[in-house]
Amino acid sequence: MADQEVTLMKGNEAIAHAAIRCGCDGYFGYPITPQSEVLETLAEQKPWETTGMVVLQAESEVSSINMVYGGAGCGKKVMTSSSSPGVSLMQEGISYLAGAELPCLVVNVSRGGPGLGTIQPSQADYFQSCKGGGHGDYRLIVLAPSSVQEMADFVDLAFELAFKYRNPAMILTDGVIGQMMEKIVLPPFKPRRTEEEIIKQCPWAATGRLKTRKPNVITSLELDPSVMEEINIRLQNKYKVIEEKEVRYEEFMLEDAEYAIVAFGSAARIGKKAIEMARAEGIKVGLLRPITLWPFPTKEVAALGKRVKGILSLEINAGQMVEDIRLAVECKIPVEHYGRLGGIIPAPDEVVDALKRMM
Amino acid sequence: MDIKEIMQPENLVYKKPELLNDKNMHYCPGCSHGVVHKLVSEVIADMKMEEKTIGVSPVGCAVFAYNYIDIDWEEAAHGRAPALASAIKRLWPDRLVFTYQGDGDLACIGTAETIHALNRGENITIIFINNAIYGMTGGQMAPTTLLGMKTATCPYGREVALHGYPLKITEVAAQLEGTCYVTRQSVHTVGAINKAKKALRKAFDNSMAGRGASLVEIVSTCNSGWKMSPEKANIWMTENMFPYYQLGDLKDTTVETK
Repeated sequence: MADQEVTLMKGNEAIAHAAIRCGCDGYFGYPITPQSEVLETLAEQKPWETTGMVVLQAESEVSSINMVYGGAGCGKKVMTSSSSPGVSLMQEGISYLAGAELPCLVVNVSRGGPGLGTIQPSQADYFQSCKGGGHGDYRLIVLAPSSVQEMADFVDLAFELAFKYRNPAMILTDGVIGQMMEKIVLPPFKPRRTEEEIIKQCPWAATGRLKTRKPNVITSLELDPSVMEEINIRLQNKYKVIEEKEVRYEEFMLEDAEYAIVAFGSAARIGKKAIEMARAEGIKVGLLRPITLWPFPTKEVAALGKRVKGILSLEINAGQMVEDIRLAVECKIPVEHYGRLGGIIPAPDEVVDALKRMM
Repeated sequence: MDIKEIMQPENLVYKKPELLNDKNMHYCPGCSHGVVHKLVSEVIADMKMEEKTIGVSPVGCAVFAYNYIDIDWEEAAHGRAPALASAIKRLWPDRLVFTYQGDGDLACIGTAETIHALNRGENITIIFINNAIYGMTGGQMAPTTLLGMKTATCPYGREVALHGYPLKITEVAAQLEGTCYVTRQSVHTVGAINKAKKALRKAFDNSMAGRGASLVEIVSTCNSGWKMSPEKANIWMTENMFPYYQLGDLKDTTVETK
């Protein structure tokens, strides 16, 4: 099949190709390691000559995210990508996007921190992504790809969810998935929406006030606290619906498991290898991989807590998702964390050792 | 004579622009914003772009510009309006896209976005209201506050050693290759209002003709922030603001437009 193009590429390149193919209208970004290949690939591909997609290198991540706000506010399918320090700079804009209920995609190819930290991979932005890195009570839909294939597939999925709920979506990945090359099948081409389709799909967007309707205003501002509370309640209700309907996860060898590893993204790949090694030693262990970090698969982890004797939260950070696991199982079983910091990737045998310490 | 007899179409000599709605403005009496809102509304209507204009409002007194001019708007984070406008114009190239920003928004927190949007030659118009003070937050020092001028955060007067110099960002904009039209206007007299309207029209025409970025600064009064009557504020502006922020075109690389 013409659309079933099997190819070898980096995770960051997959993001760029998937963006062009899913009918993305605009990308706005700023160079930062380890994600610069996204902008580089787009610049090389010149989608403005084919699909008409706008690609613009901004003067900062602050500007990138506000370009995304501008583009999303006028109904377009727009995105940015960055890495941890750059995503920190974007937090104000992300909060505004959530407040104004604008659909968009932010990709974080995360690296170790805090501060300028390291350019090596890390999962230390879990809290920032899932708990609200900016101000105010808001949530992002957070997808965590575990392969280059998922990097490509989740671009379209993130946009689908973002537009379905009028909410910013994030792909939280790291330097491992961003930089490694894998065989992937690129998603088929979807045409960009026509202007008429955008106006029909996004009747709320600032596209130019037709005489047949009232002006559309994209804003997160409301000075009357009683009205602002209503807006907040509406947002919270939307988040509840997302929590009920959009949880995604993968189970691996959990059927007979006595212990479980919970891990996302690149850590889940290490977890799977560790499970192979542990099972060779007779340890019955499986893995639950949250694909949506928010909404977190709370019910699924709670159910898992009733089946296994203990859970190891494997994260490439100092222990962030482990808090959500403990909340899910209400601390009824031991939940331990294992992770490495500062850009060090845990080896599978370290994970097996951590598992044994918990048993 | 009864008021109803006077209010006949044949007696109409002045009309509020249709795009300007009837909501009570939150601006202080004497503030320049109302006049500039009127001019923006008139120019959009003159160009018949009512259905194809997207405005970007700032954080500052004009944050609620969207409440008064009946076009589509996006309200930006503080200082980021030019970034929004850049994206909107590139994504909807046939729309008229402008930002409306104050001095704190444009020349302080949003300096980077302003300079780079102008320097990229984005086909947008930036309307810059310079009243040398932060009005909305209660009269603090702005990047354009004049030396010696007293504000809530320079209560003994702005001085170079403490606060640096008032920023002539419009002069900076005129140096950028991406700008095609940079002008400084005011709206304190009928003559000035007419000139400012022509400047706005030229800038909007430039945006639609794809000539690059235009910046229209309006040197304005903030009589509340300056703690003056509207009349005194106009006199003070003429005597103190205009010598430092001199009116007129700083750059015009465009052909003459109607």
